[in-house]
Amino acid sequence: MRNLKRQLLAGPYILWMAGFILLPVLMILYYAFTATGGNFTFLNVSSITFSVHLKALVLSLKLGLICTVICLALSYPLAMILNSMKAKSQGFIVFIFILPMWMNFMLRILAWRMLLSNNGIINSLLGTFGLPGIDILNTPTAVVFCMVYDFLPFMILPIYNAMSRIQPDIIEAARDLGAGSLIIFFKIIVPLTMSGVVSGIIMVFVPALTSFAVSDLLGGGKVLLIGNVIEQAFMQEYNWNLGSGLSFVLMIFVIASMALMNSRGDENGTGVW
Amino acid sequence: MLRKSAQRIYLFLIFLFLYLPIVVLIVLSFNNSKSKVLWGGFTLDWYKKLFSNSAIMEAFSTTVFISLASAVIATLLGTLAALGIDAMKKRGQAVMLGATNIPLLNADIVTGISMMLLFVRFTRLGISTVLIAHITFNIPYVILNVLPKLKQSSRTAYEAALDLGAAPLYAFRKIIWPQILPGVLSGFLMAMTMSLDDFSVTYFTKGAGINTLSTMIYTEMRKGIRPEMYALSTLLFLIALILLLFMNFGPTARKEARP
Repeated sequence: MRNLKRQLLAGPYILWMAGFILLPVLMILYYAFTATGGNFTFLNVSSITFSVHLKALVLSLKLGLICTVICLALSYPLAMILNSMKAKSQGFIVFIFILPMWMNFMLRILAWRMLLSNNGIINSLLGTFGLPGIDILNTPTAVVFCMVYDFLPFMILPIYNAMSRIQPDIIEAARDLGAGSLIIFFKIIVPLTMSGVVSGIIMVFVPALTSFAVSDLLGGGKVLLIGNVIEQAFMQEYNWNLGSGLSFVLMIFVIASMALMNSRGDENGTGVW
Repeated sequence: MLRKSAQRIYLFLIFLFLYLPIVVLIVLSFNNSKSKVLWGGFTLDWYKKLFSNSAIMEAFSTTVFISLASAVIATLLGTLAALGIDAMKKRGQAVMLGATNIPLLNADIVTGISMMLLFVRFTRLGISTVLIAHITFNIPYVILNVLPKLKQSSRTAYEAALDLGAAPLYAFRKIIWPQILPGVLSGFLMAMTMSLDDFSVTYFTKGAGINTLSTMIYTEMRKGIRPEMYALSTLLFLIALILLLFMNFGPTARKEARP
């Protein structure tokens, strides 16, 4: 009886969720499958096959994938190095590597825009060494650069967490039984950190796939991702039905990529938090 | 030996990649020249300009209000929810946690748009819609911080207190509350930082004329970058540093015993 009363404490939250999570998602579905008049239509969703939309979606998937692969390639060795350090200094060093994550998202974009601009620091540094400047602002390369910068800590943290949970005894036992470093790496470290890798991939790929601010500000309007198409449908063309239809497609892609990843690694609570 | 130095170099390179942009912003905020490259001497002018810019200051106070208010309300709702979820059976818990994860996993742009559609239908976009949206994506962080503490807390002491005649509320205050307080505080801080950092959801749910720092910087950046922004970045970085130091090494720090 008392237990039931305590369960009621979740009541306000359940109401809140119904009103502000469930209902909004239903609104998207409603707009996605209706025309401006309110009649049922598939047109908004199927418009993803228009070449402009399809190109944006393919580019988003491509950049998201590249960004995820780079983040993974940078983070895995980093997590191993961090994990091999002395326990005393470890906490502080991990802190240093996640601190940039807490700087305002917009300011990180601002910083890269400034660094990469034609008369920016990187080009003048290259100039002093007599090297040719790079002209990557307003290209997909700049967008990927900034995305990697933005989302790298989301990859570092779960992998590091998973790695720090590996008991040293297991590795020692393997060594006693004659396993070499390579075997230890592939047979013990990789499988045991898989759950961290999976959450890292999700936490990098999903925001990279759906971002619109980075491509808008570093792509100079020339890099059109699916997020930009949706944003423009809502904020410039005021075509909510089209925007909702494309958002629905995006949601499917997000859910599909998460389902795909989750089927490969078990939930072990190695999330960022 | 070689391996050690290779590791050091790798750490240093990543460190450089992460901090170079921040350091450049900070240095430029004191630069007495509009150039992005040349050093024109030390100045605090950009800070003075920053503080006399009423648009920036208004965006700043909106940001502080939204993040504090949304964190407080989310902490209240989230802590109550965690207590309720903790009392549920396994099945109910799984359903609730699954639902809690939706806003965490959903794309920001979709969260923002879906709420905009709802708000526009029933009310007008303004500061209250931003607040509601922030509370919504903040609650899960509170729940995920409080729930583990509740699971660790000792149930027997609470039941013993009840058997000895303590009122449930009194027993809660004396026994459960002190045990979950660190979780509540770290949930609050996390909610606040998430709210401070948010751009996408605010962008879609804000009314005309209302700006948080993120949305204001976004609009400014499309026009071009002014040096006041560097000063603003420096101050915000300092705030983030202090908050994070407090979270990691302050009284609420999660002391994870490493095996």
